[in-house]
Amino acid sequence: MNPLKKWRELRTWAPLRLAFLALFLAFLVSFPFWGSRYWVDVGFYVGLYALLGLGLNVILGEVGLFNLGHAAFWAIGAYATAILNARFGLPTLALLPVSALVAAGCAWIISSPIIHLRGDYLCIVTIALGEIVRLVLINNPGGLTGGPNGVVGIDRPVFLGHVIRTPMDFYFLVWALVALCAFGLRQLQRSRIGRAWNYIREDEIAAEAMGVDVRALKLLAFVLGAALAGIAGNIFAAKMRMVSPDSFTFLESCLMFCIVLLGGMGSIPGTILGAALVVLFPEILRPVAQYRLLFFGLALAATMYFRPGGLWPRRRAVEFLREAKS
Amino acid sequence: MLTFVQQLLNGLTIGSFYAFVALGYSLVYAILKLINFAHGDLFGLGAYLGYTVFVYAFGVIGAKLGLWGLLAAGFVAAALGTAAAGLIIERVAYRPIYPIGRLPAVVSALGMAIFLSNFIMAVWGPRYLAYQESFIPTGFWEIGEFRIRVLQVLILVSSLVLLGILYFVVEKTTFGAAVRAVALDRETAALMGIDSLKVIRFAFAVGPALGAIAGVFVGMYYRQINFTMGWVYGLKAFTATILGGIGNIPGAMVGGIFLGLLEAFTAGYISAAWKDVFVFAALMLMLIFRPTGLLGEKVAEKV
Repeated sequence: MNPLKKWRELRTWAPLRLAFLALFLAFLVSFPFWGSRYWVDVGFYVGLYALLGLGLNVILGEVGLFNLGHAAFWAIGAYATAILNARFGLPTLALLPVSALVAAGCAWIISSPIIHLRGDYLCIVTIALGEIVRLVLINNPGGLTGGPNGVVGIDRPVFLGHVIRTPMDFYFLVWALVALCAFGLRQLQRSRIGRAWNYIREDEIAAEAMGVDVRALKLLAFVLGAALAGIAGNIFAAKMRMVSPDSFTFLESCLMFCIVLLGGMGSIPGTILGAALVVLFPEILRPVAQYRLLFFGLALAATMYFRPGGLWPRRRAVEFLREAKS
Repeated sequence: MLTFVQQLLNGLTIGSFYAFVALGYSLVYAILKLINFAHGDLFGLGAYLGYTVFVYAFGVIGAKLGLWGLLAAGFVAAALGTAAAGLIIERVAYRPIYPIGRLPAVVSALGMAIFLSNFIMAVWGPRYLAYQESFIPTGFWEIGEFRIRVLQVLILVSSLVLLGILYFVVEKTTFGAAVRAVALDRETAALMGIDSLKVIRFAFAVGPALGAIAGVFVGMYYRQINFTMGWVYGLKAFTATILGGIGNIPGAMVGGIFLGLLEAFTAGYISAAWKDVFVFAALMLMLIFRPTGLLGEKVAEKV
């Protein structure tokens, strides 16, 4: 074995990783104090999509379930907050766990009958699901969802007497949640559940043969991913102070799907990077605003060509690919 | 009775559109096991190409060959242009990526769909464009109290004829045997001396060409087109593909007609606002209880 290859195998990135993480956190925390109001707002959206991406990453990245309707759970969370706050007067921030629970509950009910579907079939069902949720919201059942206009007049969240109002407030709210979720998901990744999830992704039949409860673990992933989307929905509703069906289109589900695959399946830093790219891309291309989605489409295809494993793939995934190739 | 017959006709017409577009999905899926998300937007591109030919060649061709000559020119141009676009997309965005894995290919396909619909918007603008009456056959027959439009008959007959031809090619010719062989197992087919690239090109040329014809018909039938139509019809047509059973030609036809009828009758008898909910609910039920579709065969799971 040549020395370079040996060094590559022995080297450890741990100190470098820690330094990088510290730098990144310092940047995140300090950014609102020197960044302009506009860019802080952009930073908020990066955080929001990171939250959505982390949720989908559990479903798509960890377990390999093709979910192209994740916006449905986001919508359910946002509408749960909007309806309970605007119609029943419950405080917005207290609805955050409620939104998560409602989205998770809906995910459990909806995904139970479809969880056995594989690959592309699941993909299609989730697309249909996303459309059904959007259409139901437009059709205004029982006068609850307000039809195409949505629900307006959501209260600002209040945290320990402090009204969350400015872009900076929302920025910290969303990034605190992202940090919390990222940490929790990292722990989960390394647990028995996380390993079982990855096993299902790599070989479902083998996993089942080894006694992994495939169905329960898939459902757990769906419920957990939906809960994170529900949290994102709550924050989104609080920030916009209104929700309408237009915010939860198929394109949003596509963007979330792309966030996970751009970043790298099952990679938490990758997902956050993916969210940053998807949100920042249109901002950077603002001068050619009309054509920005055109370039975005090309960039997606190009990224998949040059880095099929994503921009920041998870270590274990890389090794797996390397072995498979040799 | 009148409503019933009218809805039946509407359903058959809409169903023909879906069947046309569904074929493109089905062909590509059968061969590559890839959902070609860009296919819906290729259909949209076809509608715009047809529109452009009708508008700009109206004076030249229309004067010389009359309405039917103009229509033929529009259909041929739309089909050829869209087939070319399909082949380019296959070459640029799929061929380098699908050996890598299915998920990267799905993202690439989504990227192409986003690219194409925005390309259409950049070239022709975001507003609705109207297919003018001067290049639409407006005649109709009256039988008793029923009114049957020439256009509807044209759509139905051409869908039957074109799908019949395609069915014949795939099921009865030597080339068709090659297509079916590649769909079953690309590697083994290659070992038998079949040029699988040729088969893939066939799928990416014929599918979009049929989609383009449907696009022009949709423009004529509804009189207006928009850059978002690709996604709307694409999703419905894909639903039709699944309902009929993905990967087989009669399945796409049956699924399309079934979906069209379902849509027309729920719109006519239950509620127009909820018709899409019914459509997607039907899709979900079909996938839960019979994932192979109406005409699909049972596929054994590979271990």
